[in-house]
Amino acid sequence: MTLALMLEQLLNGVQFGLMLFLMSAGLTLVFGVMGLINLAHGSLYMIGAFLCAAVAGATGNFWLGLMAGIAAAAAAGALIEVVVIRRLYDRDHLDQVLATFALILILSEGVRMVFGPFPLYLNVPDMFRGTVNLGIVDYSLYRLALIGFGLAVAVGLWALIAKTRLGIRIRAGESDREMIAALGVNIRALYTVVFALGAALAGLAGALVGAIQSVQVGMGEPVLILAFVVIVIGGIGSIKGAMVGALLVGVIDTMGRFLLPRLFALFLDTSQAMGVGAALASMLIYLLMALILIFRPKGLFPANG
Amino acid sequence: MDNARKEWGLNAILALVLFAVPLWAWLANEPFIITLATRVAILAIAAVGLNIALGLGGMVSFGHALYLGLGGYVAGIAAHHAFNGTPVLGLAGTNQMLPIWAIAMLVSGAVAGVVGALSLRTSGIFFIMITLAFAQMGFFFALSWPAYGGEDGLPIFMRNQFPGMNTSRPWDLFVIAYGVLMVALLLFALLRGARFGAALMAIRQNPDRAAAVGISPFGIKLTAFVLSGMLTGLAGAMMADLTRFVSPAMMAWTMSGELIVIIILGGVGRLFGPVAGAAILVGFEVFFGGLTEHWKLWLGLVLLAVVLFARGGLIGLIAGRARHG
Repeated sequence: MTLALMLEQLLNGVQFGLMLFLMSAGLTLVFGVMGLINLAHGSLYMIGAFLCAAVAGATGNFWLGLMAGIAAAAAAGALIEVVVIRRLYDRDHLDQVLATFALILILSEGVRMVFGPFPLYLNVPDMFRGTVNLGIVDYSLYRLALIGFGLAVAVGLWALIAKTRLGIRIRAGESDREMIAALGVNIRALYTVVFALGAALAGLAGALVGAIQSVQVGMGEPVLILAFVVIVIGGIGSIKGAMVGALLVGVIDTMGRFLLPRLFALFLDTSQAMGVGAALASMLIYLLMALILIFRPKGLFPANG
Repeated sequence: MDNARKEWGLNAILALVLFAVPLWAWLANEPFIITLATRVAILAIAAVGLNIALGLGGMVSFGHALYLGLGGYVAGIAAHHAFNGTPVLGLAGTNQMLPIWAIAMLVSGAVAGVVGALSLRTSGIFFIMITLAFAQMGFFFALSWPAYGGEDGLPIFMRNQFPGMNTSRPWDLFVIAYGVLMVALLLFALLRGARFGAALMAIRQNPDRAAAVGISPFGIKLTAFVLSGMLTGLAGAMMADLTRFVSPAMMAWTMSGELIVIIILGGVGRLFGPVAGAAILVGFEVFFGGLTEHWKLWLGLVLLAVVLFARGGLIGLIAGRARHG
């Protein structure tokens, strides 16, 4: 086990964490502002990836695909909000879980009907092919670009929420819905915009990750569950919490899978150590989430005080 | 009172149809239909279990697939060791359903006790998420633990046995499942009618008032959660015997979702809600699954319509709203 391998895994963890952040930011915004638990967020991620792969495949241009993926996810998000989600804001969490579970079934089958049952493949854009030398390790240029991209989006999102008029309204909506409606803000339009913004972020994450994974139906749900872990750890409604939670989950999951089998190999024989290590590593983040919920039942950075 | 009478009539019809259809299939030599009815009965047992937590206690557990899977693995592991003649934890394996059921209920009850004690410290959306997290832990553990098949699952070569029955015959297995379902429904009805059930429902409706009249919410809710997990675990052991296969998929989060869907389609907190819901779900899968490969799209649309417009499920639709919302 060398330092170089360790650094590579750490970077992978950060990259994974930042992509999780893109997913979680939308999820946590939607919960913070509208009080809605949206299981269909993973489907928007999937839509972003599929549209990006299809358009990039047809035009040969990754960036056109990326635009198409983001636009399609945002449009799908706005449509879903207007047709279904809007009716759920006053309902209890059980109804929200079920209705958005139904949306997953509908969107997954819909995508399967349009794009067929086989996975699509999306190539890494030409300018990010190959590796880059980081002193002790050669690291994938595209993954490094994803880290940069994730950080840039995080900064942009922070600026949007902290510095713009829309951001003020979003923050106001988080702390008191009735009051900002009374002050003349069109709350229905605001909800649609926030939902579409979250959907666009999910679509962006799906499109970016699509180039290093296969693009297939059902790709959204594992990420969705991780994103839930992230926002529960970070505190639901908090963007800062989503960032901290996403990096924690990304790094702990990646490093756990890398280090635990090696740790157990110190006192178990190799095949047994691989088994125990892998089993424990895959449970690690859920263990973390359970521990945090037990000691900080509202997450690390509870929104609204 | 009219609605209550309607509900009892509907319950009787459901119980009768669930018995009569496989009986006809047995006489007409249609084993596939008997197996479907058995699946409905076993899914209904699992959902009766969840209905104790969700319907009576208002605890939205998004992780009940964990107990289903635990029960399944108890049956699978016991049969595996009985088949190979190897001991497990110092005991011999067994291929008898009755001890397997007892162990399945003990194991899932113990796990539900731990999960419940930790999860009940939270509420609302956090409760949904933490129960999901515990189920995911079980799912990934089963997926990556190689001793019992890991990702590939664990086959049960010979169906476990029940005294006086030949479990390899579909009809015999159906009768066992139907019998257990009726006992489970009886227990649910007794529980709901008892002081315990009244206290549980009072806590669901208003925890502060319940506490003010001297009911401690935590103990009652935890007890209900453990009972709920035990019953779902029992269903898991039976499900493993029906399919003669256990795999991590039994613990997948979609399975937890399906159990909730069953309760919603049938009617939350209703005695026969799980039976109606399981019948609708399996019927939907078979009927629309035969017509189109995209049947899940239609299931999604129906589910969405039920949640948005027909709260109360099938039983609520026919027999009106429950007396205590």
